[in-house]
Amino acid sequence: MTSAFDTIIQGILLGGLYALFAAGLSLVFGIMRLVNLAHGDLIVLAAFLILVLVTALGLNPFAAALVAMPLMFIVGWALQFFLLNRTLGADILPPLLVTFGLSIVIQNGLLEVFSADSRRISVGGLESASIALGPINVGVMPLLTLVSAIAVIIGLNQLFYRTSLGRAFRATSDDPVTAGLMGIRPKRIFATATGIAMVVVTIAALYLGTRANFDPTIGPARLIYAFEAVIIGGLGSLWGTLAGGIVIGIAQTFGAAINPEWQILAGHLAFLVVLLVRPRGLFPRAVD
Amino acid sequence: MTDASLTQWKVETRTRASAISAVIGALVIVLAFAAPLFASRSVLQDLFFILTMLALAQNWNLLAGYAGLVSVGQQAFVGFGAYAMFALVILAGLDPLAAILLAGIASALLAIPTAFFLFRLQGAYFAIGSWVIAEVVRLALAQWKMLGGGTGTSLPREATRDMPALKFIGDLFGVKSSGAGDILTYWLALLLAIATIFLVYRLLRSKQGLGLAAVRDNQEAARSVGVDARRMKTLVYLAAAFGTGLAGALIYVQKARISPDAAFSVVDWTAYVIFIVVIGGIGTIEGPIVGVIVFYILQTLLADYGSWYLLILGLIGIVIMLFAPRGLWGLFTGRTGIQLFPVRRRLTGGPLSSSTKGGPHG
Repeated sequence: MTSAFDTIIQGILLGGLYALFAAGLSLVFGIMRLVNLAHGDLIVLAAFLILVLVTALGLNPFAAALVAMPLMFIVGWALQFFLLNRTLGADILPPLLVTFGLSIVIQNGLLEVFSADSRRISVGGLESASIALGPINVGVMPLLTLVSAIAVIIGLNQLFYRTSLGRAFRATSDDPVTAGLMGIRPKRIFATATGIAMVVVTIAALYLGTRANFDPTIGPARLIYAFEAVIIGGLGSLWGTLAGGIVIGIAQTFGAAINPEWQILAGHLAFLVVLLVRPRGLFPRAVD
Repeated sequence: MTDASLTQWKVETRTRASAISAVIGALVIVLAFAAPLFASRSVLQDLFFILTMLALAQNWNLLAGYAGLVSVGQQAFVGFGAYAMFALVILAGLDPLAAILLAGIASALLAIPTAFFLFRLQGAYFAIGSWVIAEVVRLALAQWKMLGGGTGTSLPREATRDMPALKFIGDLFGVKSSGAGDILTYWLALLLAIATIFLVYRLLRSKQGLGLAAVRDNQEAARSVGVDARRMKTLVYLAAAFGTGLAGALIYVQKARISPDAAFSVVDWTAYVIFIVVIGGIGTIEGPIVGVIVFYILQTLLADYGSWYLLILGLIGIVIMLFAPRGLWGLFTGRTGIQLFPVRRRLTGGPLSSSTKGGPHG
């Protein structure tokens, strides 16, 4: 009984990580209907950036992530402004194929610079630290991941519904032409949105890099988890995305508890089951 | 003048360029079938690679370029076809040739349940969904211990060496069974590539093909005039799964060694294929042919540079998509109006002379 409870708790905590992967994807899709196939590779890119800052400058990983955030914001802003904005339109082919190409470019660029070796960002004693919650022990880092995921979602919701930038986001999302008439420049709004998504990506990368080994090729799998979380949660709902991440996390920890080889497969199957019974996700909001 | 007004109006797709290209194409095909007479084994192996990639590219182009189904999960059918072929040869003791055909059918059968899931997703989500399906198939087959689980397995040598067809080819060309194997797989790849191009061309010139183009250009308008968009897309998806499964099985008859990671590689069976189609020209039959030639040249030039090669390929793909979205063939046909596989219907005959130049939109 305790072990099943333990598995659920670990699954929820893992779901926090997947929600962090997914929040950036969800944000970009929500505002400009763009699915970035390089999203997972950008997470890995951010993880390597944090790793470089930690090893080269001797920074604490959390401080390194703070330094990496504005850098990744610039990367995201420039990526959207100079490359991805050109692909937006009624045709879905250009954004998909350009971001797919970008995914291959980032992966192989990282392979060339950092080789295929597995890396890890060390957080010292925090890695193994845990807190006793009643009968079960919870790792500090996994707990921090979930807390960060919730903080990110609250922060993004506040940004969306309480600030003028958020109003501009929503207006551009609804109707870029009319928003343009009101003095909003959609291209800049899109660039800012991708920049913010990359800040979220950096937070995700911090936990990706500190909790487990990573190498340049693991990006696509993170994209898939993020995508599943978004679809399970229902398009357009950030809290739904968190729920989706948790569903995959729990499915994976239960799969792993039965047979370690089934961990990933169990997550995918949970996604397919949700797609079967609730094609529009658990908390649908957007129409597309 | 009176003669001209008496001639009947006719709807045709043929152009003078296409008539000439049909003659040249026939000559190339005859020459290609005769290639084992004068080409070395390594040339045949290179041609095998080119032809199987061409078959995969035509299938993906049919999906993405004509049906608007952008899949990044076609490796599901390459891998499943390959595994089905291995299972039929190793576990059922079938001849590899029969196994290839059955593997294609098995892939088409797999496409029925996956279509059921995938067609719930639209556009970009369809793309990632297809990737999830490929991962599920890969992880499931990696559990199949009789076929080597996660590490994979090899085809038994007897199975590939003692095919009746090989003995015949060996006697014909006076070569050993390994050389005969290369000739046989080369011929099959040639047959597959030609059959794929022929069938895609036939489909696009048919009434169904017209419906498909209408759905791609404007789904709502097409549906309003009675085109069953969903049915057309499902049919194309199943057909592409069949063709991709056949190609996968054939590729792995030649490789004779399989592992889940290689057979379901997104880079080998989807990224390369997408770049071939994008560079050559998406939404044309000529595009993948041009693309596979460019791809082969790039690979030969950059083979020693490892990941730089993929990086450059990715950059070329991005640049083409941004600045020449109809690819190299699109640039060519836009300048010259030449189409080797015209699918556009033109009104000819009658009192008005029609232009021989076709627009870029096929």
